[in-house]
Amino acid sequence: MSAPLLETRDLSVTFKVARQGGWPWSPPRELQAVKQASLRLEPGRTLGLVGESGSGKSSLARAIVGTVPVSDGRVLWRGEDIVSMDTAAQRAHGRHVQMVFQDPLDALNPRMTVGQIVAEPLRTHFPDLSKEQVRAKVGQMMERVGLLPALINRYPHEFSGGQCQRIGIARALITDPELVVCDEPVSALDVSVQAQVVNLLQELQREMGLALLFIAHDLSVVRHISHRIAVMYLGRIVEVATASELIANPRHPYTKALIASVPIPSPKAERARHRPVLEGELPSPMSPPSGCVFRTRCPIARADCADATPAVMNIGNDHLVSCPYHSSTEASPL
Amino acid sequence: MALLDVTDLTVSFDTPDGTVKAVNGMTLSLDPGDSLAIVGESGSGKTQLAFAILGLLAKNGTAGGSIRFDGQEILNLPESKLNAIRANEIAMIFQDPMTSLNPYLRVGDQMAEVLMLHKGASKRDAFAESARMLDAVRIPDARARLRMYPHEFSGGMRQRIMAAMALLCRPKLLIADEPTTALDVTVQNQIMELMADIQRDFGTALILITHDLAIVAGSCVKTLVMYGGRVMETGATDDVFAAPSHPYTRGLLNAVPRLDVPQEKLETIPGDPPDLTALPAGCPFSPRCPASHEPCATTMPVQEAFGAGRLRACHAAREAVA
Repeated sequence: MSAPLLETRDLSVTFKVARQGGWPWSPPRELQAVKQASLRLEPGRTLGLVGESGSGKSSLARAIVGTVPVSDGRVLWRGEDIVSMDTAAQRAHGRHVQMVFQDPLDALNPRMTVGQIVAEPLRTHFPDLSKEQVRAKVGQMMERVGLLPALINRYPHEFSGGQCQRIGIARALITDPELVVCDEPVSALDVSVQAQVVNLLQELQREMGLALLFIAHDLSVVRHISHRIAVMYLGRIVEVATASELIANPRHPYTKALIASVPIPSPKAERARHRPVLEGELPSPMSPPSGCVFRTRCPIARADCADATPAVMNIGNDHLVSCPYHSSTEASPL
Repeated sequence: MALLDVTDLTVSFDTPDGTVKAVNGMTLSLDPGDSLAIVGESGSGKTQLAFAILGLLAKNGTAGGSIRFDGQEILNLPESKLNAIRANEIAMIFQDPMTSLNPYLRVGDQMAEVLMLHKGASKRDAFAESARMLDAVRIPDARARLRMYPHEFSGGMRQRIMAAMALLCRPKLLIADEPTTALDVTVQNQIMELMADIQRDFGTALILITHDLAIVAGSCVKTLVMYGGRVMETGATDDVFAAPSHPYTRGLLNAVPRLDVPQEKLETIPGDPPDLTALPAGCPFSPRCPASHEPCATTMPVQEAFGAGRLRACHAAREAVA
């Protein structure tokens, strides 16, 4: 395995939340969005991050990009800790890590033209470029993501959702980054357009050697685009494995439940499946269950699951799972 | 006799940007207790079709054609007559449960109101029945929950409440418009199971409106694929998935990544969903269609029957047979 491009070690993100019904001076409560997440991502590879809403996947991504503060743990970029860097170094580092957001229209400034939007990261990170150079680069990039360069002076509202997402991708790639964090980049798009954007991301990855951190709640899409997949539940990473291994041989009961919940677009395959329904809903992250966070909904929970957070085990082939009672005896719920 | 017969339905809206043609000559029928999935992307007119059935079109909307429910023409009925049908005979579940529940009223009051208004039930009976219905949609501790406000429930619970509310008057037809789009997959799974139980236990006919082909596969007996306000293809779900006949259906099925079968590259449908103010004179899908040729852009293909109870509207598919 090559040296990781990005690594997080026991990364935690905590938000302070005002106490409901409390006095203005009451001490705020703490919400643990991410707890002790350890991940690694090699250059040119895709790491998928799945979990339900409220599982902390966006917070983890934002901590990696640096838009929310890290409360504990480390984020290593080529072995160097980003969190302890000074501001200037962090800014310079910013050009290597860019982000693509969920709602394509919301993520673009409605008062800026496409040209201005795509050029903005260049102005920040390469202030010495001349106007002509910037324009040429923007034109090239627009063409690269499948937008006509002639549309450079148009505004975001003149584009469809899929085109807006292409603009967002062009903006992310203009600084020639090594890692692009995609936070639900296709979940707001129609099925037919979603496939276009997924294919575009894969093409760009091959051509530019990009590493992708691909966050989505749709396991089918994540499986399609990712080399490795990490599954999050209530702020914790419960299982990490290569995409095919995770789908064919899931070990953590939550991963199994998640796979079982994903509908398959084939009536025959649907009827042949055994689909246990995961009861209940995600507990509040303000007061997560003690011990294993999944135990309140877990079909194989035992009494001692409440005692301690289960340790992460490597069960071979770099397949990590944090459940001491995981088993491979049952068939995959696919 | 069919429970619902929609014939040549058109829905259009007058807007400052021109006339938006949301539904353009839809014909469909549904038998009692049947389940039909209406599949389409944004702008295909699937929600406006449902709104037309319930008489919920926006003020600038006009509907033409015919909608017969239980033998009675219900299109463009006056509000007073519609109110007797809504909730009583046809009920609807919306995409976002938070915006369709009244945030100021306790869940129990909202539910009981339905029964008191439509069935003339007493307050005590209405509350008792509401509690029973919440129980039926598997909300634990139903009695106490009646006193809670919508914001005190999670998204999945709210959708269950919506379902319970829709079922209070035992309607013959339930229309669910993207009931799980705002929910997580595990909760989506719960709600879809609930829909299946409702159909079985109450014998309600179901129209499921969705953009997600995967949900359809496991839930509905029949499938209808819409594009640009028209029926592209319809038939038994098994047949439509096993042998899609329309290029749009094929495109949709190939564009969805599947968990059980790894794909090298997703097939895409080029272009964007249609602009409803400027639809082509012919087939609305022709600008994006790989099989598009001479007559497609200018003449709308007629709906023709083929196979076992299937219908399609496509020049290319018909020529392939001829």
